[in-house]
Amino acid sequence: MARKISVKQAINEALDLEMRRDPSVILLGEDIVGGAGAPGEIDAWGGVLGVTKGLDAKHPGRLLDTPLSESAYIGAAIGAAACGMRPVAELMFLDFMGVCFDQILNQAAKFKYMFGGKARTPVVIRAMVGAGFRAAAQHSQMLTPIFTHVPGLKVVCPSNAYDAKGLLIQSIRDDDPVIFCEHKNLYGHEADVPAESYAIPLGEANVVREGRDVTIVSYGLTVHRALEAAARLAREGIEAEVIDLRTLSPIDWDTVIESVEATGRLVVVDEANPRCSIACDVAAYVAQHAFGALKAAPQMVTAPHTPVPFSPVLEDIYVPSADAIAAAAGRICARARAA
Amino acid sequence: MSNNPFPLSRAELLQAYRTMRTIRDFEERLHVEFAKGDIPGFVHLYAGEEACAAGIMTHLTDVDRIASTHRGHGHCIAKGVDVAEMMAEIYGKSSGACRGKGGSMHIADLAKGMMGANGILGAGAPLICGAALAAKFRGDGGVGVTFFGDGASNQGTVLESMNLAAVWNLPVIFVVENNGYAESTSVDYATAVDSYVDRASGFGVPGVTVDGTDFFAVHEAAGEIIRRAREGGGPALLECKMIRFFGHFEGDAQTYKAKGENERNRETRDCLKLFAARVTDAGVLAAADLALVDREVAALIDDAVAAAKGAPLPLPAELLTDVYASY
Repeated sequence: MARKISVKQAINEALDLEMRRDPSVILLGEDIVGGAGAPGEIDAWGGVLGVTKGLDAKHPGRLLDTPLSESAYIGAAIGAAACGMRPVAELMFLDFMGVCFDQILNQAAKFKYMFGGKARTPVVIRAMVGAGFRAAAQHSQMLTPIFTHVPGLKVVCPSNAYDAKGLLIQSIRDDDPVIFCEHKNLYGHEADVPAESYAIPLGEANVVREGRDVTIVSYGLTVHRALEAAARLAREGIEAEVIDLRTLSPIDWDTVIESVEATGRLVVVDEANPRCSIACDVAAYVAQHAFGALKAAPQMVTAPHTPVPFSPVLEDIYVPSADAIAAAAGRICARARAA
Repeated sequence: MSNNPFPLSRAELLQAYRTMRTIRDFEERLHVEFAKGDIPGFVHLYAGEEACAAGIMTHLTDVDRIASTHRGHGHCIAKGVDVAEMMAEIYGKSSGACRGKGGSMHIADLAKGMMGANGILGAGAPLICGAALAAKFRGDGGVGVTFFGDGASNQGTVLESMNLAAVWNLPVIFVVENNGYAESTSVDYATAVDSYVDRASGFGVPGVTVDGTDFFAVHEAAGEIIRRAREGGGPALLECKMIRFFGHFEGDAQTYKAKGENERNRETRDCLKLFAARVTDAGVLAAADLALVDREVAALIDDAVAAAKGAPLPLPAELLTDVYASY
């Protein structure tokens, strides 16, 4: 039975369903219950934006509020994962990963390889990403490329409620460490979501719109900007194919290459800073593996190479816009038409 | 030999000696083999510190977990990791404990409760909190023990973990292996407090300092805090003051040590000699019993080195295995 629910509700539902199914799933994080030990106020918050609200009552004892101590509790989640639990740790804002990056980079990501395949660290680290909350430079970053760069980590970034539920369920069941990136500006976004449990495999992109003239590849919030751009381009007679990567590691190269081989043109849209980004990665891969199919140079539409600004007028132009995406696609399609 | 003044049986004492002798011979042999040049990478030797690993691990079973350090060979051996697999790992061979992917600094055997030596100082403390949390959820009575040196004791991870373990009342033992040197820097320079017990008490974690060269002192103190943790009494800290016979790493000229320091330590503070004297003076074990263990261990190490040298190197295709469970 599908009904319209938000990304926030979809994530809560995925956590609830997996906790019901598997007693080894536990949740850890700052304020995820609402203040352990605070008199009277039980489940007041459910995390800073209320994503885990209500779960403590449904699963008593399995949600652990933590001290403000990311190295300790993210490390504890990883240690518990290595000892047979399936912890889901909330890092609140992914921007805070600097505090505990060793535990993610050198511990969780390395155990399986370094220990010759003997260790499994089935931990999910959920965290908010992205700009748009007027939260300035330390609470708004799209740090997906940093994690994608690290072998041994899986990186997931859903664009809608249906995917958020199915991808989180799969992430919890996955035996590898998963960085699950939730765009804070999508929490309220609604879609038809089945009430029952379902899993979406990691590493399968979603062709969210079909088209023959240009391939637009993106993930997270900017998938919606890409779709908006595609609608505009259609009015100009340009049919854009829009691919939502859904997971950045593993990444579905086959779907990207197949699409570019059909359209001959590529625009990559990435909210992350442009240097060493998902945008570069996709553009470089396509240039190497489908050069012969390209009718124009791949285009990258990204945030500028700056921290995220606070002032609303600046932040609004920071995230790649539908205008910028349509312009980039229009440019390479027009160049091809002119030639 | 009927009156045994020790809290361990003859068999347990022999086993403790065997553990310490195995660590010592493993390390002394690595010192020789490393100098020949066919062991790759960094090797950090534990020799001199055996009483700490053996004294603590005597109380543990496979259900208990430990998180070790870059100086982890002794912890591995005392926790029951296969010595031949360890040696092969240090030689980078495919028959190694980690198939040659980890090397000296990353030997692990999860089935034995050995969660890994660790190249990052202080990184084991948060991990062992997770292991203890898992034990608590399962209700299996397991405890977690994390080892770190006097140097790593200054890492934020260790201090955060003490707070977390105290807040969640986790069965975690924090073991400071205080050998006096953080790499080359003296503990007197790098740590402002005189006692790590005082520091732990600031987190509500009780602690005790023992002579880490005295197996019996370590064994007694560890037994008490491990029992307390198993019974739900929460975390504790154990500081073992000990001696590092060799340098920080193999090849370290140890110019920061006093002249004759290593020789004096070997003369007066060798935990194996001290142990042997105690058990033979008490008439519980005979010198011949220990000599038999010595011979058996020497053969074990000889075999491990020969097997490691003769073992196949990893195949190039193994470069890409075990990155992900599925892709």
